[in-house]
Amino acid sequence: MSQGIRGVTGAIGDRWRSLPGWQRFVAYAAGVAFLYYLPLLGIPGLTWFRTDYIEGGNSWAGVLFLCAVYVLIAIGLNVVIGLAGLLDLGYVGFYAIGAYSVALFGSTQSPVVQWIQQEFGLGTTWAVAWAACIPIAIAAAMISGVLLGWPTLRLRGDYLAIVTLGFGEIIRIVAKNMKEVTNGAEGIGAIPGPQGAPSADNNIFGLLDPKPWYWLALTVVLIMVFLVRRLENSRVGRSWLAIREDEDAAAVMGVQGFKFKLWAFAIGAALGGISGLLFASRQGFIQPAQFDAALSILFVAMVVVGGSGNMAGVAAGAVLLTYLPERFREVAEYRNLAFGVALLLVMLFIPQGLIPSRRRARELKDREKEAPANA
Amino acid sequence: MPENMQATGAQRPVVLEVDQVTLRFGGVVALDGVDFKIHQGEILGLIGPNGAGKTTCFNAITGVYRPTAGEVRFLGGRVSGRKPHQINRLGIARTFQNIRLFPEMTALENVMVGTDSRHKTSVVGALFRLYRVKAKEHELPRVTSTNGAVRAWQQTKRACAKVFGISRHTLEERAGERKSMELLEFVGIADCANEVARNLPYGYQRRLEIARALATEPKLLCLDEPAAGFNPAEKEELLGLIKKIRDRGYTVLLIEHDMRLVMGVTDRIVVLEFGKKIAEGSPAEVRENPKVVAAYLGVAEDAA
Amino acid sequence: MNWNALFENIGQHTIDGLAKGAIFALVALGYTLVYGVLRLINFAHSEVWMVGTFAIFGFWSLLGVTDNPPLGTAIMLLLGGLLVGAAASGGTALLVERTAYRRLRQKNVPPLIFLITAIAISLVLQEIFGLWQGRLVVGMPSLIKRETVLTIGNAEINNIQIIILVSALVMMVGLDWFVNKTRNGRAIRAVAQNPDSAALMGINKDRVIMLVFVLGGIMAGAAALLWDMRYQITKFDIGFVLGLKAFTAAVLGGIGNLRGALLGGLLLGVIEVYGATLTQSTWEDVFAFVVLVVVLLFRPTGLLGESLGRARA
Repeated sequence: MSQGIRGVTGAIGDRWRSLPGWQRFVAYAAGVAFLYYLPLLGIPGLTWFRTDYIEGGNSWAGVLFLCAVYVLIAIGLNVVIGLAGLLDLGYVGFYAIGAYSVALFGSTQSPVVQWIQQEFGLGTTWAVAWAACIPIAIAAAMISGVLLGWPTLRLRGDYLAIVTLGFGEIIRIVAKNMKEVTNGAEGIGAIPGPQGAPSADNNIFGLLDPKPWYWLALTVVLIMVFLVRRLENSRVGRSWLAIREDEDAAAVMGVQGFKFKLWAFAIGAALGGISGLLFASRQGFIQPAQFDAALSILFVAMVVVGGSGNMAGVAAGAVLLTYLPERFREVAEYRNLAFGVALLLVMLFIPQGLIPSRRRARELKDREKEAPANA
Repeated sequence: MPENMQATGAQRPVVLEVDQVTLRFGGVVALDGVDFKIHQGEILGLIGPNGAGKTTCFNAITGVYRPTAGEVRFLGGRVSGRKPHQINRLGIARTFQNIRLFPEMTALENVMVGTDSRHKTSVVGALFRLYRVKAKEHELPRVTSTNGAVRAWQQTKRACAKVFGISRHTLEERAGERKSMELLEFVGIADCANEVARNLPYGYQRRLEIARALATEPKLLCLDEPAAGFNPAEKEELLGLIKKIRDRGYTVLLIEHDMRLVMGVTDRIVVLEFGKKIAEGSPAEVRENPKVVAAYLGVAEDAA
Repeated sequence: MNWNALFENIGQHTIDGLAKGAIFALVALGYTLVYGVLRLINFAHSEVWMVGTFAIFGFWSLLGVTDNPPLGTAIMLLLGGLLVGAAASGGTALLVERTAYRRLRQKNVPPLIFLITAIAISLVLQEIFGLWQGRLVVGMPSLIKRETVLTIGNAEINNIQIIILVSALVMMVGLDWFVNKTRNGRAIRAVAQNPDSAALMGINKDRVIMLVFVLGGIMAGAAALLWDMRYQITKFDIGFVLGLKAFTAAVLGGIGNLRGALLGGLLLGVIEVYGATLTQSTWEDVFAFVVLVVVLLFRPTGLLGESLGRARA
């Protein structure tokens, strides 16, 4: 059966690649337009897909927003896992840092903001503007990425995985324990959106209508896809590939392994931070318990199930793993179990993922051929 | 071997100096006080029975291993103890005994990894492509189509390129691709440029490795048994290729087992046995050296 | 940082730490055994232990055990629990190996896939128990009434701690003897050091690997019993934190080294208790992680280095 799936997605991929440039461009444009249209999906027959089709389902645009945020995460984590070949099990840490960046600096409830208010006599409604929180989030995430990566990137793959897992947990524990800075387990509310602190006056980016939020997230996703694509097709992408294939040979050819791995980490962290910021802005409220290790594993699952190394694949993985539990809410209790089982089955039968990059599929097939007979 | 090459070899500047290098792995002494020089434009052969330490010597020169004692100097500066990619930047490139290509990349991509190391564009530069350069006429995108709509699009692209210039990254990519194709032609495998390296025939893979090493613009090229597994015809071709490489101005350090090849292409030879240098000199001298004969045959014979 | 609290009672804290660490050590053995032979981190081992704790709980519930039974009965229940735990954990470990890991080995998948599979298995096991037994803490009767048995200076050692330390030591010695002095143990060491040669000597690699998983599982089962006896609770997700700590202990002692696992476990237990006293316990779980990073950065072969298999390059 796995041959069948691989065959189908492979054939689709080949067909796609053989189309002339301008046809692909038109297809992309149509696809993007469709994505923007999605929250308004009213085409008869397709409304079945909407999550609010069922009783008690979450708002459709709200789910789309979450999908977009998770796609952003998948793309970021794909840079680390798929392109640079490093297993990061603590990606939730960067997500949390991004979320806390906007919370700590943008919310009037944050102890940090309150401290600044007192120190500089700024009154109780002052906080850092939402737009200014964006560079803060990106910088904080990238710096943490570099700090984490610097000592650990030279470790073997499994050890790196465990250390990053610990990192994710550390972030959560720090957020929970440092009450004076992060309000501890109670979390922080009143997180601003693009229009400022949550209030009834926010007519576009308010609490009620998630559509503008979705469009905002979608735009960010498209920009990031463009940028990451650029990297992939540049000397940076080539270097990552060379490092993944044979790091020592690459070194002898002048490729500085450590530098590129660190960059991959930093870029992945930045994307994680941006997603966290978007998430927190819409939620309006965050607490440490939301950023647990299970979420890290979910992120990894999205990348791996979708097809690591391939942006279309990981995006599909993200959408699938976000959308399905929402659409089929009746089985919410079993959600984590279903995840685990799905992840397990994919790993056992289709390890290259559902929409693998061609290289990855080839890599795994070649490895399988090399396996000793009595392994 | 032209006589004048041998005569002037010693007066040419020294490119690489292996200075009393010793390399120990725990109790094993892999290299013991190995000492030799390579002059510019030379083809130096490094030979010896199996286990003599030839590849280990390569590894010490290219930074894979760090000498326990002694130094390796390249163009006057110390390279022993530096990282492999730094040594490559300084101008030493190598191939591997057991072929270490990037298996899932195409031949062209493999060579481009080599040209990448000469790129000036950084990661940020690749991302944002802000460093733009005024495009020369032949670098602008061409207007070729007869279809009205497509032609208009191409003209727009051309105009934009005139106004905004072309990013340095794009120019470097193109230059890299051109250079890589050139190198593939130089070694004779240009028709396989877009084949995945794994699928290339053995002979082509060996030549691809050489092309890739040359792409890093080295001054010294170290070839580790480039003729292993070749039939006599292929070895002849390889001999020609190595001479072509030297004629282009590169200096070559060659490990090889095939004596005909070694005698036929090298200017001088260094012989190792059990990690020690036991002989050095012209091919004719080395061939007659009783120590060398003994090392290979195990028995001291009368001069053959 | 509360240095006074630490030094005033350093003896007591050390004893407490050792008792805590003994449990880490037993679980660490599972990680180190599998790593020594397969070079893989068996992420699912923490859930193997968790299954043991639930199995023992189930066993005791079935028998209708109540608090503080008479000594004779208590001993029978503990021994019975040990068998049940060992069987449950060993069985789970074996199941995981046969159904999942072996298949992956046959396809020669890269280590990344292994790790993710192990994580998936971990999640699945957790969720099964979460759904089956509920997400709340599960309480157990107390079998042994805690009584101070020995006093050294101002440090008190109680009966439970003695049982833990002695049991752990016995299991360790048993395992050590098995690996070093029996034919099967030799086979394990051979496969750990050179799988291909071992196969050429007629050793069945698959059977050895199964044995290794079962042994690790048995050790985890013992650890489960000691845990249930001491802490009297379990929960569907307790595996995660303990697993991380046990793995750290294995790395600290030298992954692939059995005695290292013991040393690492005990040491980590002590470090945790000291650290918890110093920082008044909110940062307790962080210590293990810090230790892990420090060890991996400065001495990745651990305190005792690797002995089961090849020395790492």
